[in-house]
Amino acid sequence: MSDRNDVVLETKGLVKHFPITQGIVFKSKVGAVRAVDGVDIQLRRGETLGVVGESGCGKSTLAKLLVGLEKPTSGEINVRGENMVTLKGGALRRARRNIQMVLQDPYTSLNPRMTVGDIIGEPYEIHPEVTPRKGRARAVQDLLDTVGLNPDHVNRYPHQFSGGQRQRIGIARALALKPEIIVCDEPVSALDVSIQAQVINLLEGLQNDFGLSYIFIAHDLSVVRHISDRVAVMYLGKIVEIGNDAQIYEQPTHPYTQALLSAVPVPDPRLRGLRDQIVLEGDVPSPANPPSGCRFRTRCWKAQPVCAEQEPLLQIRERSPHPSACHFAEPRDVVHAV
Amino acid sequence: MTDIKAEIDVLPGLDPHAPLLEVNDLHVEFRTQDGVARAVNGANFLLAPGETLAILGESGCGKSVTAQAIMGILDSPPGFITKGEVKYRGLDLLKLPENERRKVRANQIAMIFQDALSALNPVFTVGYQLGELFRKHRGMSRADAKRRSIELLDQVRIPAAKDRIGDYPHQFSGGMRQRVMIAMALALDPEVLIADEPTTALDVTVQAQIMGLLAELQQQRNMGLILITHDMGVVADVADRISVMYAGKVVEEAPVYDIYARPAHPYAKALLESIPRLDMKGQELNVIKGLPPALTAIPQGCAFNPRCGYAQHVCRQDPPPPAYVVAPGRTARCHFWREVVGDE
Repeated sequence: MSDRNDVVLETKGLVKHFPITQGIVFKSKVGAVRAVDGVDIQLRRGETLGVVGESGCGKSTLAKLLVGLEKPTSGEINVRGENMVTLKGGALRRARRNIQMVLQDPYTSLNPRMTVGDIIGEPYEIHPEVTPRKGRARAVQDLLDTVGLNPDHVNRYPHQFSGGQRQRIGIARALALKPEIIVCDEPVSALDVSIQAQVINLLEGLQNDFGLSYIFIAHDLSVVRHISDRVAVMYLGKIVEIGNDAQIYEQPTHPYTQALLSAVPVPDPRLRGLRDQIVLEGDVPSPANPPSGCRFRTRCWKAQPVCAEQEPLLQIRERSPHPSACHFAEPRDVVHAV
Repeated sequence: MTDIKAEIDVLPGLDPHAPLLEVNDLHVEFRTQDGVARAVNGANFLLAPGETLAILGESGCGKSVTAQAIMGILDSPPGFITKGEVKYRGLDLLKLPENERRKVRANQIAMIFQDALSALNPVFTVGYQLGELFRKHRGMSRADAKRRSIELLDQVRIPAAKDRIGDYPHQFSGGMRQRVMIAMALALDPEVLIADEPTTALDVTVQAQIMGLLAELQQQRNMGLILITHDMGVVADVADRISVMYAGKVVEEAPVYDIYARPAHPYAKALLESIPRLDMKGQELNVIKGLPPALTAIPQGCAFNPRCGYAQHVCRQDPPPPAYVVAPGRTARCHFWREVVGDE
């Protein structure tokens, strides 16, 4: 587990602040939305790291930072030992081949004026060294076959496919450059349950076949549990708890994780009323002005004066065998599996 | 002050002892350039006071169109109700003239929508939109309407309701906006509330708040609630009975405990099996092969037959399977329901 060579992706103190400006001609910065505020993660080869959290917690910004769609304010993103933040030009382009992305909405993430063949083949235009020009048509058809679509459909347009099929096109595009890491930002949340299961099975199959590592971002906790080896819980730009799926789902130690899990409806009517439901008051505070100390303290039932003064670090604690960012971390079984 | 509730009570055909809401053999079609899309093909429901009926189904199964038909807010054209009855206490709403229909709407049957931001009018304050209900339907003065609006916002637990009454919808968070929608739906004390995916756009912690609030208000008022959703977790938590819809038909209707324990229709069974479960970790999820049919070309016989593992020759032929009675209060439109119930 501690084998450093196995780590394919590592972030150190990753921060992204979006400036809030005032004025039109003489713009001045009046504050910052702290979307991602110091995130350290490690992803190992063949592993799936799930990232969960509510809207506005910074999980999509994190995804964009990882694939280089946003430039971090500070921090490092190391992919196979190379810091993506400082790389430039050709070296950066080559490094980016290794980390690709599947987007949430299969309806807006495919260009309606391009054929499926052009969409999947476009990465080869930017990275011509991956597949020689002559072999591209073949490569695109192979990719379509890999994701379970009919290779004869290369000349069709996105609107001729259903939502699930479009998401497969998005996955084929991400696979085109044979990356080691794929960042999936809510890949199944726009799909119906029966189609969702097909896409999850496809992602798991591809991981086995190609030894891929996934960062799997989603708000559906049962889907994340199904697919992930480890899970990170985010709240207001920070990871508050991280551990393997049994640790997070059965013995969560951070109050936010506990509340989040207890709020998820369980598809079994026999558990009605038996779950110990923690209903949080209020909404997530604005990331432009997060609370001092622990960011969850304004909604937390355990909050003490120390929570406002001292920010709890994400670390292993006396009563938490996995890293948890709470001064009063202790396990609580909220799901009661039957 | 005019009392519209009293006016409704004397409408001819209204029988206080008849079922609260009854939908019989409802058919809705959309006449489009690409042909006729048959969105609802014979939906049946029965709703009692205080009961929660969940309508469960995937996108395009006709669940929202059914709700719109019940409310009388179907876009027409292209939508047309071609057959069926929607009876409120024995009174067939589809036969009422629009001015009488309007009295029933909001007064006795109200609806909340999925996307509160687009359901609320962005250019009027929340207070104005709430107050409008009282002024138009109850003939209240502006001051009275405002007072009632504040009371309502308090009831749905909007903090500092007095100060927020002058705010516009965009100034509220997603969860708060949904509370405003609930307040608006409950303003005139309806007996039936239709909630169309009320929490789909919300985060789970906020969803828990809203579902808790709905359940509480329903209990206080003994309202009948129709909950339209695709989330099988939410259904398991709150519903008394479930109607599973597929291609515009209710394929299975059952009490909530029965359907989760032993579904009788292959579609309901497959749907339940495709949710990730604890004991399925590391295994492939069960999938329903193929896609739901296009509503312009629904297969002959049982609409689910091309995707069904139980399908036999008889399933591919018209007439489609009737609603077989599986147990009292429980029906399934499948020729082979006995085998489906028997299978683990």
